[in-house]
Order: sequence, then C-alpha cells, then structure tokens
Amino acid sequence: MKIHEYQAKQIMSDHGVPIPKGRVVSTPEEARQVAQELGVPVVVKAQIHAGGRGKGGGIKLADTPAQAEEAAKQIIGMRLVTHQTGPEGRIVKKVLVEEQVQAERELYLGIVVDSGSGRPVVMASEAGGVDIEQVAAKSPEKIHKAFVDPTVGFQPYEGRQLAFATNLGGDLLRPAVGLMSGLYKAFAAKDSSLAEINPLVVTSDGRLLALDAKMNFDDNALFRHPDIADLRDRDEEDPLEVQAQELGINNYVKLTGNIGCVVNGAGLAMSTMDAIKLAGGDPANFLDIGTVNDVGRVVNSFKILIADPDVKAILINIFGGMARVDVIAQGVVDAHKEMEIKVPVVVRLAGTNVEDGERILSEANLPLIRAIGLGEAAQKAVEAAA
Amino acid sequence: MSILVDKNTRLVVQGITGREGGFQTRRCIQYGTNVVAGVTPGRGGETFDEKVPVFNTVQEAVDKTGANCSLIFVPAAFSADAILEAATAGIPVIVCITEGIPAQDMVTVRNYLQPQGIRMVGPNCPGVITPGQARVGIMPADVFSPGRVGVVSRSGTLVYEVVAQLSERGIGQSTCVGAGGDSIVGTTPVEALRLFDADPDTVAVVFVGEIGGVSEQQAADYIATTMTKPVIAFVAGSTAPPGRRMGHAGAIIAGASGTAQAKKEALATAGAIIVDSPADIGATTERVLKERGLL
Repeated sequence: MKIHEYQAKQIMSDHGVPIPKGRVVSTPEEARQVAQELGVPVVVKAQIHAGGRGKGGGIKLADTPAQAEEAAKQIIGMRLVTHQTGPEGRIVKKVLVEEQVQAERELYLGIVVDSGSGRPVVMASEAGGVDIEQVAAKSPEKIHKAFVDPTVGFQPYEGRQLAFATNLGGDLLRPAVGLMSGLYKAFAAKDSSLAEINPLVVTSDGRLLALDAKMNFDDNALFRHPDIADLRDRDEEDPLEVQAQELGINNYVKLTGNIGCVVNGAGLAMSTMDAIKLAGGDPANFLDIGTVNDVGRVVNSFKILIADPDVKAILINIFGGMARVDVIAQGVVDAHKEMEIKVPVVVRLAGTNVEDGERILSEANLPLIRAIGLGEAAQKAVEAAA
Repeated sequence: MSILVDKNTRLVVQGITGREGGFQTRRCIQYGTNVVAGVTPGRGGETFDEKVPVFNTVQEAVDKTGANCSLIFVPAAFSADAILEAATAGIPVIVCITEGIPAQDMVTVRNYLQPQGIRMVGPNCPGVITPGQARVGIMPADVFSPGRVGVVSRSGTLVYEVVAQLSERGIGQSTCVGAGGDSIVGTTPVEALRLFDADPDTVAVVFVGEIGGVSEQQAADYIATTMTKPVIAFVAGSTAPPGRRMGHAGAIIAGASGTAQAKKEALATAGAIIVDSPADIGATTERVLKERGLL
C-alpha cells in the first residue's frame, strides 16, 4: 500500500527523522495561512501517489503568503500528469506547504526488504535527488549497502559505515546515524516494504533533513497496523480496481488491451496474458480469481470485465488444484443467467473435478467457445476479439 | 530418487483440524503419504479421521511419532510461530502453504532457520510432491507421474500446467517444488536447482520463474557456474506493466532487472533453454531430452 509524502514524513518524524517544517492543506487560503505562520519562503507540493511531480507543474516555490495562495490555487484541483501516473493523471486534492530549504548536498537513503539476501537492506548514496534505479544501473558502486540481521536490528556501526562512505563525517556523523536508525525503526515498526528519503539534504546551515519521503507498506501486514490501513486513499486507485476489491476480487490489475481474463493463480494468470500476446492479442487485465471455491466470485469477475468498455472478448482459463473446476463452471453458467454478456467467451478448463465442470457447461448449452490447451485458448480469444 | 520428500517421509500436519488442513490431509493420505501426526493446540488427544493422532505441540508429535516433515496450514498471522515451533522441535523439512504472511515475519524466520540447515519450502506455495511416493501439499495429484525431470516454480497453478504438459508426453517427474510467490521464501529456486543437481535420479529440470525479485538471476549464476544438468526455463509476466503487483507479493517489476526480458536473457546467457510460450514447455522439454539422449 502506498501513502502520501506528508504522511510518510509524519511517520518518519515520529521515529526521530528530521523533516522540514510544514503542513498539509486542501485550500489556497490555508496555504496562505501556513506560509504566514512559517514566516519564510515556502514550497507548495502536490500530494499524489506518484513521482515526477515537479516536472508536471505540481511543485511551486513561493516567497510570500500571497504567492503561496496563488500556487496552491493553481495546483489544487489540477490534473497532474507525470511519468508515473499514466496519461490520465491524478486530480490533486491536497498540497504540502513547507519551508524552503537551501540544500548544499543531496543524498539518497532507502530501506527495502531484499529478496536476494532475505534481509532488510539499508542503502545510502551521495548521488541523491535523481532516480536511484538509474544510479543502480549505471554506477552501482555509488550505492553503499548494509544488510541488516533482523534478529539484532540496525546497529550504530552500520550507520557509521554508511555515513563515512557518503561523506557524512564530522559534525554530521551523529545526526546521520541517528537519522538512519530512526528510519530503520519506522521501517521495522510499521512493516514497511519501502522507506525512502530522496533527497536527504545537508542544508547550508549544516542540518540533515528529509526533503522528500516515500513509504510503502506490506499489504499482508496491514492487519496489525490499523493506523496505516486508515491512510489508504482510494482516490489514487483505478476505479475498476476499487470496484473489483469491493466485489472480493483482490488481484485485479487493469491493463490496456481488449481481452478480459479470468484465471486461477497469479503465475497462470500472467502466463495467460503472455500467451495472448504471443497469439497477437493484448490482455485487458490481470485477474487472479484465487483458490476460494465460491460461485459468486466467478459471477463478480464477469461483472468487472463487463464493466470495462475495452473488453471485446473474455478468456476463462482455470487449472483446478485447490480451486474446483465444477464450481468455476457453475459460476460461468450463473453469470450468463444474471447478466447480458455481449462479448464472446472462451473457456478452457483442466484439473480438479474437470469432468463435472464439462458436464455443467454442456448441459447449460451456452454460446461458449471451447479450448483444451492454453495455447489454443489464447489463439481463440484473440480471434474472437478481432 | 527425489528431493525433500519421499516414501520415508513421516508427515506431521500443523493445523490438521482446520477446514483446508483436514481436506488436504485426507488427500495426502489417499495419495499414500505417511501422515503420522497432526498438531492443533488444545485438541491434543483427539484422533483425526480415526487414523491420525492429534497433539498439542509439535515437540510432542515428534517425540511420540518420529515425524520428520511438517506441512503447515495455520492462518497467516500465526504462521511464523508455527514454522519456528516445527524448527525447534527438530523437523528438518518444513512446508508452509499459507498465503499472506507478512514479509518481515519471513525475514525473521528465514534468518533463524538458515544457519541451522533447516529446509523450509514456501510460504504461499502448493507444496512439494514426489510422484508415487509422497504428496506434501495441495496439488491435484492425478496430473503428476513418476519419472526423472525435476520441476521448480514460483507459481502454484503453473506447476500443474507444466506438469500436465509433461505427463501428457509421458515425461515423468522426480520431484516438483512449488517455491512460493512471496518475495521472501524459505527455499529459493536456486536452492531447489542445487538439490536437483545433486539428486542422482533427476536428469533435467524445468524452472518456472516470474517477474520481480532476483530468483532468476541467482539461478542463472548457478546454471552458468555449477549446474551439470539441462535446465528448461520459462519466465511468466512478459506482458506485465512495471510497478504493479501481479497477484504474488513478489511479482512486481521494480527496476530493469525485474522484467521477464532481463530474466530470460540472464538465463539464456547462462545456458538454460528458454521457452517463450507457456503452452510450449512440455514440447520443448521433450525435444531437449530427446536431443540429449535422456528419454
């Protein structure tokens, strides 16, 4: 799960990470007030769940409260398009008004769970302020790492190593180690999957500050962090995906093609998309129906695909293991009873209880296109959508 | 003639009295797996289906029945605890089916088990099956057939798809390992490859990877430097967009190394045989085995 910059900064601050003074607001008048209170030049930053906000016009500098109000007026309500939002962009609802900071140096600090080592890894680099992925690809030697033993947690010596490696010695050493320890505490305490400060700045008056902040959270751990779950902003999500979740389909991702897919299992769902592409078509979505044996869930999957105007054909691909094929087949039949399905439907069934499933489909006598193998199913779906 | 589980497996099922645990235990027994015990705290003294004794703790189950493998069905919030309990009781092979375990729980578990040499498979996986000997998991048994090709996959249902394609062509399997779809798993695909490489009765391995993480790159390094047996590889998710989680917690492209293309290239350079279409995995394996005189 993602949260906004201002929320990430609050959590980091709660764990001892220094952040610029500022406040989030949702009207231009409030922006003026905050600028007045701060009494210094400010920066007005659009709050959306995507990077690249500056280039899209979502970050503006203001020297006076009147300018802050004007900047907020321009940003709030705008449709902000960045390289991460897609062409449809996001409507900005809130802005963060913060003190302007004179940065002497811009560094990077981030923590993720590293699947290779099976450990949290704290990464620090002097090449901050830019896309860290590009730094990692072009000059990996500029990124310094500490692989943390989870049984003892992040240790001060690891902080010192990273600080010295990134030229944060002298007077900055102690605050740097404190800041890293604080970030690690926030990461561990809240089951974060990514905690990132980019840039981490050294100001002209010698302070370390988290100028921009990002935190993502492990969806699987939200059950023990109701405070984090409450920060969820559904306005930042695709409406079709939100509708899918409300219908009990948690693993639905809207894509750009025209063949709607219903599959059991994430790997098979991705492979079905791949097979469609190889057959010359384009998937409209990823949809893993999961392993719960529930006829209603199949019907709801149809509801979601029917609601998507891009869908020109539907491909059902089920290899039953825990999921039973007869339940899926009954769902296909019920869906045809409950709603008018105008697009062609290709069905491929295999695995647990496949004979019962086949019988249910043939007795229902529906206008389905049938396939036995995965390749054949993809081919037929592509032809049907054409 | 297999890895991880075989006819000498003495299985304890943690969560045996639950709905899914009970259902799958019956199927394991039906398949011929030697299920010697179940564990549900507070239900000790009961007998599951009038066949399998239920204990309060894994330690008791091990002491009384000599269980040497555990299959775990407990809910996600309690899974780390269940795995650690099995490990401490001296179980050397632990298979965890549960989906939705917090990643940081698995970080703790993995770092605790590894130095002790305890082998955990999963979580969020279909388990392990050695056809004809032991089913320790939830897979539909009838698509599997005994033979000499090892299968390791990050995805569960793709195991079924691949194995069905193999069995259709008369190609049996030594052992099939569902490594699991989470970002932190107990046995990574490269660790499964190592086990298959050392198994005298496995002649080739089908590896099914997917986008996200570094499993495929780790496997590629091992294939290039050490692996002696042919590896046929498919990587799911060529059409997946970056930055979106595709069902599995680990299946998200973050950076260039996470794409299917980068993974296929790494595996191809290492000498693995790459299959582009998921529908061609069986046919390609058959061709490779024939070419190398392994059929």
